Amino acid sequence: MIRVILPHHLRTLAHVGDEIHVDLNGSATVRAIIDAIEEKYPVLRGTIRDHETKKRRPLVRFFACGEDISHDPPDTPLPDPIAKGTEPFFIMGAIAGG
Amino acid sequence: MSGIRVLAGTRKGAFILTSDGKRKNWKVEGPHFAGWEIYHMKGSPVDPDRIYASQTSAWFGQIIQRSDDGGKSWNTPGGGPATNPQGMSMGESNKFVYDGVPGTHQWYDGTQHPWEFKRVWHLENHVYAGVEDAALFQSKDGGGTWQELSGLRKHDTGPKWQPGAGGMCLHTILLDQKNPERISVAISAAGAFRSDDGGQTWKPINRGLHSQYIPDPLAEVGHCVHRIAMHPSRPNTLFMQKHWDVMRSDDAGDSWREVSGNLPSDFGFPIDVHAHEPETIYVVPIKSDSEHFPPDGKLRVYRSRSGGNEWEQLTKGLPQRDCYVNVLRDAMSVDSLDPCGIYFGTTGGQVYASADGGDSWKPIVRDLPAVLSVEVQTLK
Repeated sequence: MIRVILPHHLRTLAHVGDEIHVDLNGSATVRAIIDAIEEKYPVLRGTIRDHETKKRRPLVRFFACGEDISHDPPDTPLPDPIAKGTEPFFIMGAIAGG
Repeated sequence: MSGIRVLAGTRKGAFILTSDGKRKNWKVEGPHFAGWEIYHMKGSPVDPDRIYASQTSAWFGQIIQRSDDGGKSWNTPGGGPATNPQGMSMGESNKFVYDGVPGTHQWYDGTQHPWEFKRVWHLENHVYAGVEDAALFQSKDGGGTWQELSGLRKHDTGPKWQPGAGGMCLHTILLDQKNPERISVAISAAGAFRSDDGGQTWKPINRGLHSQYIPDPLAEVGHCVHRIAMHPSRPNTLFMQKHWDVMRSDDAGDSWREVSGNLPSDFGFPIDVHAHEPETIYVVPIKSDSEHFPPDGKLRVYRSRSGGNEWEQLTKGLPQRDCYVNVLRDAMSVDSLDPCGIYFGTTGGQVYASADGGDSWKPIVRDLPAVLSVEVQTLK
């Protein structure tokens, strides 16, 4: 089970609480986690990454174990604490604007 | 008894303002979608309790919301298989994908720039969505899925279109109730376009526009049209608030003439037509394109009862000193009661209403976030 922390606006959009859980079939990667999120919460399709190109939206960032991994290739294996569910995977909105 | 529902889209959520036909006492509900930009909301003329909302964010993209109970509850309409096993919609209603290869348009610096979808600016019935970067989409399943009417974006002049300061948005969609094949749209800063075959093919309708801020002031495209309005009974007569100049056409846009007349400034954003008097129109003059606030700090609506040229200022109930708000292009609307009600919202968060055709005004609410759009539903 993967633990994911969504930004506030996506929590309200998906009607979920502070933390959501998704199960993966294969290894834990950013692509696999977002695939699972979009499958479980289709209303979030297009809000984290582009509908078609699957590129991360510019003002969305990914953090794992305190590291900004937003620019890592999406199929890079994530650290064990994320894969084992001992640490949550963070999806954040960049601090920008007012 | 009749009633009024005002749909106010703001920078930080949606608000629904309701009153009975007297339009004196108002109930304010919201914010819906708190913290999100609501560029536009539109009620269905067939079922007024069906309301569409364009919810958008630079961070998280475009969401289409729909209410089937007058705004009490909202859902994303979905599409394809209606729901997944958890009962949630499949998210297709948020998917706006340009038809084919998107191509390029002109960027601010004159280079070519890829067409990139950003948001839905304006919703119109049946349902159409005007989007940024400029294109027209339609939905035939109540907002569940969207398809582009790509003949517009693929017009030969497309590579010459360029964004205005607010983005390259398709912000006006006019439907001719007497001729369902005719659709007119306006794009900032490309100009106005008309289709006479249901949106398949388009032609620019900008002859007579004169824009000194572009290299060729009489160019076929490139004009920063801010808004077009039409009375349903006179679909060949169009009124335009251009970046500068208030214009009029009596041949469905084939030719335009200026009707700015005695306005204190002919720069502005919204323009609208009285519900029962097709020659009575309203604008809100703004000082200039460099100073987006009313001349002399006085918020004045101007009314022409002659379809332009002769204008009278309407000030009763509006601030006449120290007022430096703006009124955006989609932030004015009219009801169909008698006397006609006029409504507009400001970037200062006020929504003003006039229940007497503009003679006097009162704020319905004063302290909303900046108002992006105002739509009015007249409820029977």
